[in-house]
Amino acid sequence: MTPELAIASDRGATPLGGFNLTALRLEITRMLRNRRTLFFILVFPSAFFFIFGLSYKGARDAGDVPLAYIMISMAVYGAMVGNTSGGATVALERNLGWSRQLRLTPLHPLAYVSMKVLTSMALGLIAICGTFAVGAATGVHMGPSIWLMAGLSAWVCSFVFAAFGLFVGVLFPAENVMQFVGPLLAIMAIFGGVFIPLSQLPKGLQAFAKFTPMYGVGLLARAPLVGGATMWAVGSVVLWTLLFGIGAMILFKRDTARV
Amino acid sequence: MLAIDLQKLTKRYGAVTAVNDLTLQVTPGEIVAFLGPNGAGKTTTIDMMLGLAKPNAGTVQIYGKTPAESIARGEIAAVMQTGGLLKDFTVAETVEYTASLYPHARPAHEVLDRAGIRGIGHRLVGKCSGGEQQRLRFAMALLSDPRLLILDEPTTGMDVEGRREFWQAIRQDATRGRTILFATHYLDEADAYADRIVLIREGAIVADGTTAEIKNLASGRRVRATLEAPDLSALGGLDGVIAVEQRGDSVLINCSNSDVVARYLLTCTTARDVEISSQNLEAAFVALTSKDSALSTAGHSR
Repeated sequence: MTPELAIASDRGATPLGGFNLTALRLEITRMLRNRRTLFFILVFPSAFFFIFGLSYKGARDAGDVPLAYIMISMAVYGAMVGNTSGGATVALERNLGWSRQLRLTPLHPLAYVSMKVLTSMALGLIAICGTFAVGAATGVHMGPSIWLMAGLSAWVCSFVFAAFGLFVGVLFPAENVMQFVGPLLAIMAIFGGVFIPLSQLPKGLQAFAKFTPMYGVGLLARAPLVGGATMWAVGSVVLWTLLFGIGAMILFKRDTARV
Repeated sequence: MLAIDLQKLTKRYGAVTAVNDLTLQVTPGEIVAFLGPNGAGKTTTIDMMLGLAKPNAGTVQIYGKTPAESIARGEIAAVMQTGGLLKDFTVAETVEYTASLYPHARPAHEVLDRAGIRGIGHRLVGKCSGGEQQRLRFAMALLSDPRLLILDEPTTGMDVEGRREFWQAIRQDATRGRTILFATHYLDEADAYADRIVLIREGAIVADGTTAEIKNLASGRRVRATLEAPDLSALGGLDGVIAVEQRGDSVLINCSNSDVVARYLLTCTTARDVEISSQNLEAAFVALTSKDSALSTAGHSR
């Protein structure tokens, strides 16, 4: 029998549980290869910005604020879809057996989920930057600090949808999960005042909207522009993130017991 | 140190005992075929070697470590029957992603080369054939330069050409002294590529030996020679002879030890044209793994 000459026997452990930037870059590139995702995080928000904003004459005449308001809302919507898409891939990859494949590598589950969350957040950032760029190019005027604060606020708050993506992903681990979740996101977006200002909704729906996941995100993202941030909004974002995150964890655990 | 040391492994799923008190030891550098019908417990045993399943009883050691430690250090790698691949990664990206998870991975081009898929690095995984995807899994398994490589039915669903190319790649790699254990229900694969065959049935090992030993165990060999007026009773009295038959001026002897018979024929008689043929492995496999096999008790452990 051939002696083991060539094969190394001195091996170290992987630093950071396998978390690394190469894998992160490849994940983001892969997500952007999906035309549907790309459409919903880049084309769709800009298109709606045009429909609701630029072509809406009243908005132009009323000064800068309504146009910026619509732009931020659309950016939030894009970030929401991006984050949800990213989060939903976790359950899908589990279903495809990719997670099982990864269990044969030193990758730690925590490192894997962190990379997934960062990928989701990167998609959200791309959506926000894309929509803001289109807005800036077509005449949205805001002070530099408002651009920055609104973008940052929209980005950080949309994290709740990375958790939401994880959650719905485990519930419906199908490749076309986003087809079902898309309309759901649109409905949620209405309650976040994304497509029309909340004040134009019937009173009963306005009250209901306060309890939906999008409410706080929309409010906080637009707060740098129009003010009105409330503790309720902050609490809404935090609570929904925890709720979706813990829900996903419980469902994952239940699944593991079965596998 | 043993490459694989399984001691009294038992795994139950509800009322079903998938693996039953299984003990197996593999020394470094061996190429072992894990052969058995569907549902024999091959995949369950492999899952326990890889730490994907926890045994109800017994221990697993891979080069003296637990499966989890071995995985974390890249000492063990596997090509699974249906391991998931992401369709929207290219072949090269899949390898690059996996490589990034190891502290000292082999270069991507090297493993692609060794798996014979360097030419399709830019192709999307979803556009690859089953054989190409399997060689991609093999390339991924080579990244950590594992000391033990486990393959679970690696050529299921491949065409003949795909299987041939896949095994060629494995064979070339094996010359480097890697320990390899593969599960298969293709008998010819076990016959052609393994040094040692471990036959498993209903979660237990029913036979363990070289390919030749396994064949012998089940059906023995047939010796034919041209011999006028053979002494049938003398032949029948030789060690391991099962049956003797005369046909014209030929004599046919079924036996478990063809060496003894051939030596007798060539040294003590005027026999000419001595031929020794073995039953193929298929026959051995069927005999050893069928439920009511009387031969199953003949299995031995090394």
